[in-house]
Amino acid sequence: MSDAAPAMLPPALIDNPRLDQWVGFAEPGHVRVATGKVEIGQGVLTAMVQIAAEELDIMPERIRLDAGDTDLTPNEGYTSGSQSIQFGGVALRLACAEVRGLFLDHAAAVSGHPRAELAVRDGAIIRGGEPTGHDYWSLAGAIDLGRAATGRTPIKRAGEHTVVGTNAPRVDLAAKIFGEAVFVHDMALDGMVHARLVRQPRRGATIATVDEAAIRRAAKGPIELVRDGNFLAIVGADETVVEAVAAIAPGHVAWDGVDPINPFQEEARWLLQQPSIDRTIGAPPADPASGARRREASFTRMHIAHASVAPSCAMAVYRDGRLEVWTHSQGVYPLRAALARTLKLDPSTISVRHVQGPGCYGHNGADDAAADAAVIAFKTPGTPVRVRWRREEEFGFERVSPAMVTTVSATLDASGRPADWTTEIWSGRHTSRPGGGGNLLAAEALPDPPPPPPPTESSNAPGAGTRNGDPLYAFPAKRIVHHLIAETPVRTSSLRGLGATLNVFAIESFMDELAEAAGVDPVAYRLSVLADPRARAVVERAAAMSGWQPPSSPSPASGRGQPPSSPSPASGGGQGGGAAGRGRGIAFARYKNLAAYAAIVAEVEIDESVRVTRVWCASDAGLVINPDGAINQLEGGIVQAISWALKEGVRLDTAGISSRDWDTYPVLRFSEVPEIECELVGAVTDNPPLGIGEASGGPTVAAIGNAVAQALGTRLRDLPLTRERVMAALLKA
Amino acid sequence: MQAFSLTINGNAVSVTAAADTPLLDVLRNHLGLVGTKFGCGVEQCGSCMVLVDGKPEKSCGKTLSGVAGRDIVTIEGLGTPQHSHPLQQAFLDEQAGQCGYCLPGILISAKALLDRNPAPSRGEIARALDDNICRCGSHARILRAVARAAAQMRQGDAR
Repeated sequence: MSDAAPAMLPPALIDNPRLDQWVGFAEPGHVRVATGKVEIGQGVLTAMVQIAAEELDIMPERIRLDAGDTDLTPNEGYTSGSQSIQFGGVALRLACAEVRGLFLDHAAAVSGHPRAELAVRDGAIIRGGEPTGHDYWSLAGAIDLGRAATGRTPIKRAGEHTVVGTNAPRVDLAAKIFGEAVFVHDMALDGMVHARLVRQPRRGATIATVDEAAIRRAAKGPIELVRDGNFLAIVGADETVVEAVAAIAPGHVAWDGVDPINPFQEEARWLLQQPSIDRTIGAPPADPASGARRREASFTRMHIAHASVAPSCAMAVYRDGRLEVWTHSQGVYPLRAALARTLKLDPSTISVRHVQGPGCYGHNGADDAAADAAVIAFKTPGTPVRVRWRREEEFGFERVSPAMVTTVSATLDASGRPADWTTEIWSGRHTSRPGGGGNLLAAEALPDPPPPPPPTESSNAPGAGTRNGDPLYAFPAKRIVHHLIAETPVRTSSLRGLGATLNVFAIESFMDELAEAAGVDPVAYRLSVLADPRARAVVERAAAMSGWQPPSSPSPASGRGQPPSSPSPASGGGQGGGAAGRGRGIAFARYKNLAAYAAIVAEVEIDESVRVTRVWCASDAGLVINPDGAINQLEGGIVQAISWALKEGVRLDTAGISSRDWDTYPVLRFSEVPEIECELVGAVTDNPPLGIGEASGGPTVAAIGNAVAQALGTRLRDLPLTRERVMAALLKA
Repeated sequence: MQAFSLTINGNAVSVTAAADTPLLDVLRNHLGLVGTKFGCGVEQCGSCMVLVDGKPEKSCGKTLSGVAGRDIVTIEGLGTPQHSHPLQQAFLDEQAGQCGYCLPGILISAKALLDRNPAPSRGEIARALDDNICRCGSHARILRAVARAAAQMRQGDAR
């Protein structure tokens, strides 16, 4: 085997090459498996256990999984971008397969049996189905896993899987259902104090005065103020006391350098007037062919909040020269690096450990809360410090997904299909995660704050603001024109889907407009320009699931003759009760053009406001580790996307974000959730796994847009599709 | 500071704290019952739902003195892994959850619903849970789980 060509190792195995970084057998009867990916509600722990159990040939119950701990696990960067299975899982799979292979090699050598006759059954080395007396634990002392992975051991084929591909129950769900202390919010350490921040209202704002006496008078128990520069925290042993003081403290702190922002920037079209960093990706700009028909349409979206169900929380203690931090950050290693820079500590003296938090859909307040706790802990050695943000703090200070404008244009050939396509995108940055020390609120407030991070965004595929700006359709010439807006009124960063949500909404809305102009059914129109067979399969499957019927005669006002499904169960029956219209729409995307494929059909009822009544989804995610878990992710993406499409937009006033509670930032509630049907297409396959967590969002928003256009007879191009916008469209029509 | 007596999950307890301490803080910080979650603190999200004399209430908005002498049930009182409530079993059967942070509050709301309506429709379940925010989008599964639990409890009663 030594002369075999070097295998292409996944990046995580290049960065963390030693097999003992991934697998260990120190505890008899158990296998320690480590992953740098963390549980953020997506079920990744369960999938990793399944992957390891499969390739190690052991019962899943024997696995002790460490996830996201700078002392214990590989550095796999961030848990983001739907990459945990597609990249992290694939690395773990190779490592486990190689470990099993090494044990079998060694068992063959010590037993004298041919290697090909040996196998592993639940950790025991067997031959002809009979135990050999050897197992992982008896052999572990003789096998050095401190060696680098080669990636040369073959992994199992899909047909051999017995654990992968099954609906193993979530390993973390029972503890949550029984109310156990699983979240970082639930941690309690001896001698711990609670802390709340008085937040710097804006980057660069400086404290003019603090009326400490007034703050102390309001406290119904002992508190301390911790201040360094413009970092100000209230600390005390009694959380109730600290919380009450935190509520009134901002009124007793005066700030300099707080320029008002322009609240009209809550809608996206202001972006068009801003200076920007421009680039063009793809085909060179086309000369408009004389006489060619050209069409163009422009779509917008407001800033969107992650709006995790609970505000961020963290624990930290600085003791004996070591800083220990517990956090629901998506990246313990990058956070450690940022904390080291902020506190001027050697990273090797900091341990950052992931503990679960409320569902995470991107860069929310988790890292910032961890930095808050770390700064306070560093200043109060020996005392564990728990920081839990207030709800209004999370809404007001978490980084939001930037507002965007996407304009799509095409010149059409004689059949009404694009001969040349441009997606032009205006957006603030979609990435500002903590890396080398900037991008932490606490760091900005401390003396000598780091300079603002440069306004750049990766120009490599799959992009951020440009994500999915390149339609997967086989058009002869395509390009993306990207305008990155450096100055935004509020901090922005990544949210599930990044730019894909608006870009897919724009592209797929425009596809429907082109189909209608060509007099072709939207499904048939898409299929006529879709070459990728896997893409075609999900579009055809979603259409079939929904009973899609091609239009007999296109008639925008009355819809395209889609039969209404049975009334939505949540609405309690009735045929719509005077609904102004019903519509169905389809949309498709392959997330990042390299992760899972998803096609969505949405059905809506409109009676002043939009109600989504049914959703069908077909997705191809390659090899699926846990089908029910994958479908759970598709469903969750669909519900969140319905909420984005119909309800969500961050509100601004001159002081910043003004939508600081669930009344001013409403999200979808139970009564508004439709029946959802998801199917995985081609899940048992030797195609590699494809990330699925963000696949359904963009297509859902777009399918709703298309359904609304059909129901109204006119198209709404600005998100969210609120009652006000529907009423305005109806009045105009 | 004053001592207040109340019943938590069937046990008489005495808590010495300020009269206006939120019940949520009493549960989490004074009694170590961390199953009840903080979500917003202003009675908008339902993460902190408990039963007070059988009625679903947001514990962040209830004061200690206000619940003195009352009968409180939290998620820890609903069931245990060894003796799970049918709702908890149904949530496991349906894999109804993602991050799971909202689930204790939702289970409490669902318990209150099934106590007064043993055969709710999907629409009735949804309306009963409208005070609870789930941000991960596990709604469809949660609705199925509550319906499943209701059916199993009806079967159990008929037996």
